[in-house]
Amino acid sequence: MALEVMARAKAPIPLDVAFRVEPGELLALVGHSGSGKTTLLRTIAGLWRPETARVSVEGKNWLDTAARIDLPTHRRRVGIVFQNYALFPHMTAAQNVMAAMDAQDRAEAERILDLVNLHGLADRKPAQLSGGQQQRVAVARALARQPQALLLDEPFSAVDRATREKLYGEIIDLRRHLAMPVVLVTHDVNEAQLLADHMVVIEKGQVVRTGTTAEVMADPDALRAMGIREVAAMLPAVVAEHFPDGLTRLDAATGPLFLAGVEGPPGTRLRVRIMAHEVILSRPRPEGLSAQNILAGTVAQIVEGKGPAVTVHVAIGDHELLARITRRAAEQMALQPGEKVHAILKSMSIARDHVARTYHEGNVG
Amino acid sequence: MDWTALWLSLRLAAWTVAILLPVSIFMGRFLAYRDFRGKGLVEALVMLPLVLPPTVLGFYLLVSFGRNSPIGQWWQSVFGSQLVFSFEGLVVASVIFNLPFAIQPAQRGFEAIAVEVREAAQCCGMSPLASLWKVELPLAWPGVMTAMVLTFAHTLGEFGIVLMVGGSIPGETKTIAIAIYDRVQGFDNRGAAIMSATLVAISLFTITITYWLSARIGRRLS
Repeated sequence: MALEVMARAKAPIPLDVAFRVEPGELLALVGHSGSGKTTLLRTIAGLWRPETARVSVEGKNWLDTAARIDLPTHRRRVGIVFQNYALFPHMTAAQNVMAAMDAQDRAEAERILDLVNLHGLADRKPAQLSGGQQQRVAVARALARQPQALLLDEPFSAVDRATREKLYGEIIDLRRHLAMPVVLVTHDVNEAQLLADHMVVIEKGQVVRTGTTAEVMADPDALRAMGIREVAAMLPAVVAEHFPDGLTRLDAATGPLFLAGVEGPPGTRLRVRIMAHEVILSRPRPEGLSAQNILAGTVAQIVEGKGPAVTVHVAIGDHELLARITRRAAEQMALQPGEKVHAILKSMSIARDHVARTYHEGNVG
Repeated sequence: MDWTALWLSLRLAAWTVAILLPVSIFMGRFLAYRDFRGKGLVEALVMLPLVLPPTVLGFYLLVSFGRNSPIGQWWQSVFGSQLVFSFEGLVVASVIFNLPFAIQPAQRGFEAIAVEVREAAQCCGMSPLASLWKVELPLAWPGVMTAMVLTFAHTLGEFGIVLMVGGSIPGETKTIAIAIYDRVQGFDNRGAAIMSATLVAISLFTITITYWLSARIGRRLS
């Protein structure tokens, strides 16, 4: 059963948002700070009560201002990972996890800590753990509550970049154990695209766009608030071969991709985020270029936006790459849907943190 | 050495601490977490005994505890004894003049707990009482502890209010501080010196123990 949320308020910020998250689905609430996304998370947890709101989980109302239903936070089965983790500083990792259990069970706490890769650290206090380890304890504590909804409030913003990339992978791996709806609040579009199935873009308390991650990320108008240069496609790929020069060949549905700094043994399933503004289009197959990735495809559609740029959807096999080019260039090339085109991609243009392991087992697409 | 007076002072201090411990926790917590209209006034009222001369406070307490006052009459009808010039009256006065010492440090202790940590406790399924017991008290404990030590030490040392409300009845209201004053008045400087030294020793001991315990708790947390 799904998590359904509706919230309207005038203060502290005007808010008018409704969304639904299915069990096992990860929904990202994306917006700038002050957009109201954290307020929504707090509404689900019962830490904030908008003037008009309804929160229901598995068909049961946690909050319904019209019916005067308002379950206190401690009676909602909600797991939350706070931005700064909010661990209990006087308790060890295991005690933190047990604090969220109905019946204290040390063995179960250790099992959950193992699940988040904290084996052997059960008796450390939060102060003796690194930022990444603290985040894992916070995730373990949220899971120990056996939540009907798991809420993640900017859980990766307080760690360094290298740790963040690792934690992304861990959350993706963890998802096969998560049967409940998951809501991730983030201002990082890359993070949302790597982790989420669905996205809700929020601006000034209003929903700008809702849809699957692929739909939202292909829509420049949806992303105008977050930065139009965030428009990107996700390409599934499998690690094929590591070369001594540091490049890795990935087999993607679109053909081989050569990228730098990719880890994981051959066979590892990945998703690669390809920024639309990094893709160059060419009608003939170019030669003598430094770019290592030249992918032949067909123009699927050309989406005009408000600005001087257009978004070209290039179908390559079963997948689409996005290219942001100027309207002038599109006219010069006389691009039309159905025509052959080559998409050119520099290996070096793909940032390390734009590559993530895939979550769906046996599903490259 | 006036052992009766010392024992009376220790009993008075112990009763005051026992009564003020829950007050300290619940008022300190309330003032730390809640924002409400008139909060400034409540905080000022709590702090008032700190700035008033003990004689002023003592005078008001004497008047309001007296046999003709509503409080005094109520006490008389319930307990069958008068409130002024009795040990019970002294305890009530002591509780009132120690309010700032009992509440302020506890309030600071609770204020030091991050809001998210309290919210995390709720999200872990802890009821307000469970959260207080398992999360808030362990974290605010140094503050509460300081409050209790200050209360204890301050009760041992209070003079003006005790004299106003209790008089100086041996075994009933004559505390060690008043006994010392009596000795000095009677030119028994040796007796006064012994009792003063005893009071210094007890106070020093109490405060040292507290700081030691607080430091231990501090280490446990970090």
